[in-house]
Amino acid sequence: MLEASSKRPDQSSGTAKPWHAVIHDTLKANEVRLVTYVPDRVLTPLIRSLHADDHFTAFATTREEEALGILAGAWMGGMRGALLMQTSGFATLPNALASLAVPYQIPLLMFISERGTLGEFNLGQAMVCRTMRPVLDALGIEQHTITRLDELEFIVDRSIRQAVATQAPCALILSPLLTGGKRFTG
Amino acid sequence: MSDAKPAASPHANLKIMNRFELTQRLVSHLHHDEAVIGGIGNTNFDLWACGQRPQNFYMLGSMGLACPIALGVALAQPSRRVLALEGDGSLLMQLGSLTTIAMLRPKNLAIIVMDNGCYQITGGQKTTTAASADIVAMARGAGIMQSSWAANEHMFESLVIRALSEDGPSLIAARIDDKPAVATTERDPALIRDRFMRGLGVKG
Repeated sequence: MLEASSKRPDQSSGTAKPWHAVIHDTLKANEVRLVTYVPDRVLTPLIRSLHADDHFTAFATTREEEALGILAGAWMGGMRGALLMQTSGFATLPNALASLAVPYQIPLLMFISERGTLGEFNLGQAMVCRTMRPVLDALGIEQHTITRLDELEFIVDRSIRQAVATQAPCALILSPLLTGGKRFTG
Repeated sequence: MSDAKPAASPHANLKIMNRFELTQRLVSHLHHDEAVIGGIGNTNFDLWACGQRPQNFYMLGSMGLACPIALGVALAQPSRRVLALEGDGSLLMQLGSLTTIAMLRPKNLAIIVMDNGCYQITGGQKTTTAASADIVAMARGAGIMQSSWAANEHMFESLVIRALSEDGPSLIAARIDDKPAVATTERDPALIRDRFMRGLGVKG
């Protein structure tokens, strides 16, 4: 068995490891092998590093629902996975969550790059962002918004363990406070 | 307006068969614990009616995801044959998944599409395959080159035997009648998932 991360969130930011490297390493340490995604600008360094590591099978799908279905099948076949997407992509998922991931007890791990807040420039993104947490709450899905690098490994590691142990989906929302978000350039 | 004649129906020389009968023929060829993902509605109801193998997964929602779920199982267990059993309405909802399957080229995956040109379970409203849409042509266009119409029952069985023995991915489509399924699946998602995982040897 893997040992749970015992490191308490360290409020002094001493490590130089960037957020995407922390997620990459924590997925690997928890034997997550399959990563399906619909791309997002902010997630690009993470997607790039997953593709560069033979441990992972990573590929883009045409829709987030499709990515969810692939991970559900892989889990039932004995392979752990994670879904990467943007806020607007999450908004396409409620039916697949409510009729597949939740009732079939699939420990679906979702990483959501948060658009629509803290400097959003697209009204549509801001609107769709407001639907995300109410949908997660309505479905009773465990969710964490990650804002700090020093808490990232702890939250990701513990969330994967809890998802697997309780056979339940989990949403990890990557705040612009963590990733820097997408800058308004216009 | 163009005066070009409408294209000949892609289904012109295909026998209209029956889903339950074809599913029985399909299941009769499963001798190696092949995984079968039954799409929402009549497709998985008839699969259920053919006998509840522990390697069958029955969808009770998430319309369109039979092919993605089958792809996930195929990636996790490359030594096991995996079949997606899907209807035309469901496949149309997630056509992009054919392009993902073509890109990854899983050797152990086959897709079987029961095409009745309608949403039978909701009242028989027409799907776009009742007009000019051709499932096999779309699958080939996506890059799944081993895609064929089964013109009759004999050809369906030959294509199934080939899909179970040769490298995939492949797709078999069959025109079927508008009869409802002969039974309905037990609606217990957690039980279905648990049985399936035990059937795949993932849980002891």
